[in-house]
Amino acid sequence: MNTSNLTRMILVLALTASGSALAADTAASDSDKIEQYREMISDGNPADFDEMRGEELWKKAAGPKQASLEKCDLGKGPGVVKGAYAALPRYFKDTKMVQDLESRLLTCMTTLQGIPEEEITAKPFASDKKASDISSLASYVVGQSKGIKMAVSTRHPKEKEAFEIGRRIFNYRAGPYDFACSTCHATSDVRIRMQDLPNFHVKEDAQAAYTSWPAYRVSQGLTRSFQWRLNDCFRQQRFPEPKFASEVTVALTMYLAVSANGAEYVGPGLKR
Amino acid sequence: MGNPMKIRAAVKDGVTEVKVLMQHDMETGLRKEADGTLVPAWFITEVKAQHQGRTVLEAQYGQSISKNPYLLFRFKGGAVGEKVTVSWTDNKGDTRTDEAAIAA
Repeated sequence: MNTSNLTRMILVLALTASGSALAADTAASDSDKIEQYREMISDGNPADFDEMRGEELWKKAAGPKQASLEKCDLGKGPGVVKGAYAALPRYFKDTKMVQDLESRLLTCMTTLQGIPEEEITAKPFASDKKASDISSLASYVVGQSKGIKMAVSTRHPKEKEAFEIGRRIFNYRAGPYDFACSTCHATSDVRIRMQDLPNFHVKEDAQAAYTSWPAYRVSQGLTRSFQWRLNDCFRQQRFPEPKFASEVTVALTMYLAVSANGAEYVGPGLKR
Repeated sequence: MGNPMKIRAAVKDGVTEVKVLMQHDMETGLRKEADGTLVPAWFITEVKAQHQGRTVLEAQYGQSISKNPYLLFRFKGGAVGEKVTVSWTDNKGDTRTDEAAIAA
């Protein structure tokens, strides 16, 4: 027996041993393995490309006014992107509204660049045919909050109101299936297919879930924004489609973002 | 010309580890549109990596490789500041080359 055969044999033995050890494990190891898979692929997250696309769009003069978004105020002052996402949604004096990142980007794109709102909201989500500018811009902005702790305020009465509305929407049962967000997201250790569902009443779960969005969806080959996430949640509940960046989506985002306060933002994430 | 790649290279104990993330649709040619028409095949066929002009990796890619492929490989040698160049060619003859300096 030569050395290469011997090595192969040892390898086979090692694999058999680890195989039987795995068999003895409980179902929890399945999600561990998914976690392992996530870790392996997170090293080369294609969301980076969407961030790069967003950065270019941020700096490029566009729209009828031929302006870039470098004067866009995301809450930290005009043009400040660093850490902005970790404090959103928030109340903005100029619009007198609580806005999440995408509704704020919408404001900047319509006011600074003069792009008609309908043009942006007609197809606000990316598809395999066409990228979405507002979605790429969001990817860029969130990437600039990487490593920063979530600190979303509820001090302003409007912010408090949005949080309260969001909390109620989260628990509001409706639609043909009598569904609420809480139907799937208020119990620990449940899953849909192979995905563990976060329980938003548990701090750690809420933090892990919120801080990993927006995310690149491997199965769709696209980077998905938070507005898309909520839009799809509404669809899964068989609710009417929410208007892009509408009050209802911002309020729900407010509730979820505040639930994640204190956690380090780690997105854009990577999902199955 | 294709979209840029993201390349990171780092040397440790005389071995350089290169991580490449390519941007490509990698259409198999088997996928159908909603109206039933086939999406034409469009995928990377060849990947080549060079270190200071020396070819350190050559690979043949095909339809089974995912969209936006990620590639990790190691080669002996390499020093901080030296260049690693990666290029791909797809079945439509399109090609893309990017390079990165080796970090510590």
